[in-house]
Amino acid sequence: MTLAAEAPPDEAGLAALVAAAHAAREPLAIEGRGSKRGLLRPVQAARTVSTRNLTGITLYRPSELIISARAGTPIPEIEAALAEKGQHLIAEPPDTRAIFGVDEAATLGGIIAANLSGPRRIAWGAMRDHLLGIRFVNGEGAVLRSGGRVLKNVTGLDLCKLLAGSYGTLGVMTEITLKVLPAPEATATLLYQVPDIETGVRLLSAGLGSPFSVTGAALLPGEPNLAALRLEDFASSVTYRTARLRESLAAFGAATVLEGEPSRGFWRDLRDAVPLAARPEDAVWRVSVRPSAAPAVVRVAEALGGRTLLDWGGGLVWVAAPPTAAAHDALAAAAAVSGGTCTLFRAPEALRLAVPVLPAEAAPLAAIAGRVKAALDPAGILNPGRMRAGF
Amino acid sequence: MIAQPAPKPEILARRAEIVAALSAIVPGDGVISEAVRLKPYETDGLAAYRQVPLAVVLPRTTEQVAAILRYCHANGVRIVPRGAGTSLSGGALPLADAVVVGLMRMNRILDIDLDDRLAVVEAGVTNIGITNAVAGDGFFYAPDPSSQLACMIGGNVMMNSGGAHCLKYGVTANNLLGLKFVTIEGEIIDIGGAHLDAAGYDWLGIITGSEGQLGLVTEVTVRILRGPEGARAMLAAFNGTEIAGAAVDAIIGSGIIPVALEFMDKPCIHACEAFAHAGYPLDAEAMLIIEVEGSTAEQDDLLNRIKAICERFDPISLKVAESAEQSLAIWKGRKGAFGAVGRISPDYLCMDGTIPTSELPFVLKRIGELSTQYNLGVANVFHAGDGNLHPLIMFDANDADSFHRAESFGADILKLCVEVGGCLTGEHGVGVEKRDLMTVQFTARELDQQRAIKTAFDPQWLLNPSKVFPLQGDLLPPLAAE
Repeated sequence: MTLAAEAPPDEAGLAALVAAAHAAREPLAIEGRGSKRGLLRPVQAARTVSTRNLTGITLYRPSELIISARAGTPIPEIEAALAEKGQHLIAEPPDTRAIFGVDEAATLGGIIAANLSGPRRIAWGAMRDHLLGIRFVNGEGAVLRSGGRVLKNVTGLDLCKLLAGSYGTLGVMTEITLKVLPAPEATATLLYQVPDIETGVRLLSAGLGSPFSVTGAALLPGEPNLAALRLEDFASSVTYRTARLRESLAAFGAATVLEGEPSRGFWRDLRDAVPLAARPEDAVWRVSVRPSAAPAVVRVAEALGGRTLLDWGGGLVWVAAPPTAAAHDALAAAAAVSGGTCTLFRAPEALRLAVPVLPAEAAPLAAIAGRVKAALDPAGILNPGRMRAGF
Repeated sequence: MIAQPAPKPEILARRAEIVAALSAIVPGDGVISEAVRLKPYETDGLAAYRQVPLAVVLPRTTEQVAAILRYCHANGVRIVPRGAGTSLSGGALPLADAVVVGLMRMNRILDIDLDDRLAVVEAGVTNIGITNAVAGDGFFYAPDPSSQLACMIGGNVMMNSGGAHCLKYGVTANNLLGLKFVTIEGEIIDIGGAHLDAAGYDWLGIITGSEGQLGLVTEVTVRILRGPEGARAMLAAFNGTEIAGAAVDAIIGSGIIPVALEFMDKPCIHACEAFAHAGYPLDAEAMLIIEVEGSTAEQDDLLNRIKAICERFDPISLKVAESAEQSLAIWKGRKGAFGAVGRISPDYLCMDGTIPTSELPFVLKRIGELSTQYNLGVANVFHAGDGNLHPLIMFDANDADSFHRAESFGADILKLCVEVGGCLTGEHGVGVEKRDLMTVQFTARELDQQRAIKTAFDPQWLLNPSKVFPLQGDLLPPLAAE
C-alpha cells in the first residue's frame, strides 16, 4: 500500500472525509506520520488518511499541569515545549524511530492510539493514565469530545481510555489533553550485576517495594546480567535515597551509580529498546506479565535464540528473535501461562498477517468488542484489520 | 426533585415470583423482601432521594451474581448494584421495580502478592480494608475517598473514586490491574489481570467509572504501593482567596508536587474549627493544608521550600507540623469538614465540580453571589492541586422550598464549573443527582455516542437505570420510551 496519504488541513476537513467514506462504506487506513506502520497488522484499505496537518499546541498551562495539542503534533515538539517550562511527559513514551527504522517521529495521536509508555510507567502510570481529554471523529464523521482539560473528571463514560490503545479503529483523535508534571531536578541509576534473571527480578521487586520512590526498574540479560533502578527528584533527595537504597539492597552486592546524563541516556536507550533495534531482521515482541513470571518468559525467548530486555520491574519483557510463527506461538503461550499478554510489535508483513498479533479475547468479550466497534464505527471503515483479522 | 421513571406494573405484579427465583439462586438469608428489612436500602449517601426496591439480593459468589443477572436479563428485571451505599450522587438509589444486588457479603481478600505489588479482593472489601491488610508490610492502596472506612472497592471501581491524595497517586482507574466482570447476560469475564498491558481495547478503562451501566464487578486486582518513610503537613492562611490561589500556582510552578494540597474558605474554616478545635486561623479568608512525604530531612527540605514560597504571599499564618501528631491535628479539621458543616446546618448538599485552578477566585466569587441570591449558606473545601471543588450547600430538608433552592443553587454551581472549562463531577459520579445536567457538558451527539456504548453492553438498559444519562434525547433508551 504505497498510495500517498490524504492529509486534511483541519478537523472539519477530516470529519467531512470520514463522513463521506462512511456513506460510501469505504475503508480508511488512519495514521499520523506513519511511524508505526510496521506495528500490529497491515490495514486493508485503499485510502490512507493522515492527521499530520493537524499540528500545534493549543493550550499549555504549566501551573495547572496540563497541555493540549492537535493529534498530528510530533512528540519531540511537545517534549521541547514542556522542557522549556521544566516539565515532561510523565510516561516517557518511546521514540519508535530506531525500532521501526524510520525517520519520522511519532505524533501525539499515534502514541495515544497505541498507548505506548516507557520505563516510568511502573511508578507513574501509562500514557492513558494521563489522558485527560480528547476530541475525535467517530466512524460516522461526527466530531465528539470526551473528558476535558481538568485533572479530575468522572463525568460520563470514559471514552478517552477506550480510544487510547484502540489503534485508530474506534475514532480518529484530533486533539488531546494530557496531564504533565515537573521534570525531576536530578536522576541517578543504581546498577547491579546479578547471577541470573530470577535474582534480577527479585532485586527489582525489592527496589520497587522500598520506600524510596524508584521510578525505573529494568534488567538487561547478558554477560553479565545487569539490573538497574532509577531515582528521580530534587538533587538532595536523590543523593539521600541513593545511599539508603544501596544500604537496603546490600545483600545483592555492590552497585555502580550513574548520575546526570549517563543515567538519563541509560533509560532513554532502554525506553527505545535500542539494544534490540540493532538487528532489523529480527521480529520484536512486547510481553506483559506479572513480574514474577518474567524469568519463565526469558527462558522461552532464549530457547528461540532470542534476546530480551526487561522493564517495569519485569512486567514488560521485550523480545527480539527470528520472525517465525513458531516463535510467536511459543511467546504467546509463555505469556498466557501467567495470564499475561503478548504483542507482536515489529515483524515482516507476512508474519503479521499469519499470526494473531494480539491475544484473542474470550468469546463474550469479543462479542462486546464487536458491538462497541459498531457503536463507534457502524460501517467498519476505520483501520479494518489493524488489530485483528476481519475486525 | 429529579424525576424517576414510573415502575413497570407487570414487574411489580410478578414480585413474589421474582423473589422466589432469586431465593433459589441465593438460598438461606440471601434475599430480602420484607418491607421493614428493605427500608435500609431505600437510599444511599444522597439521602434526599428515597425509594424502596422490589427486593434486595445479597450474593456470596461470582457465580451467584452471574445467575442473578442471567435471570433478570431473561425476565426484563432492572438491577441496581450496591456496595456500601455511600454514593453522594445517588448512584445506588433503587427503583420500585428494580432488584438491588448488594455485594457487601463478597468481602474476602483472595490474594496478596508483595513481590508483584498487587492484591486480589472481592468487591465488598472496604477501601481501608485493603490498606489494613498490607499495612503491616509497609504497603498501602492509594486512592482514599473520605468514606474509605465504609465504602467498598467494587463501588470505588464503578465510580472511579478519588480522594485527597490523588494529586500524587491518581484515582481508582490509575491503581487497578484487573477485574472479574459479569455481563447482563450472566457471562463472567476476566478483564486485565496481574500484568500492565491490555490485550486489546482498554476494557478496564471504560468499565472503571461506568457507574454500574455496563455490568457488575465481583473481584478487583489492585496495585499496592510501598508507603513513604513518613509524611508531614503544614498550614498556610491568607487574606484572600485569590492570594491563596496564587500561592498554589507558585508551589506547583516550583516543581513541587505535594501529596495533598487542600483549600478551605472562611465559612469552612469556621465550621471546622468550631468542630475540631484544630487551631485554624479564624481571621483568614482562605487556608491551605499542604502535605509532603519522604524522610524527615526530605520533609524538612520540601516544607522549607513551600514555606518560602508562601511567605511571598503575605500569609497571616504559617504553621509547619513538627511531628506526626501535629500533622494529624492539622488534618483533623479538614477530615471532619462534612461533619462540621452538618453541625451548623440540619442538612447539606455536597457538590463535586472540577475547575481549572486559575478560575478559582472567579468561581468562589460567583458562588458567594449565588449564596446571597438563593439565601443559603455555603462552605467551600477544595482539592486545590487538581481543581476538584466541594461546595457544601446548607439547607433544611424539612423545608421543601429550602431543598428546592439548594438543588437549584447546586445546579448553578455545576453549570458554572462547565462554563469556565471544568466538568460536572470530579469524583462523586453523575448518578441521579447530575443526570439532567449532562446536557450542559455534552452535546446531544456526544451523549448518544455514550448511550450507544452502554447499549453495546446492556441492550435492554436493565443495569442501574435512570442514572448518568438524561431520560430525554435523540436516541431514547428503552426505559425512557415508556
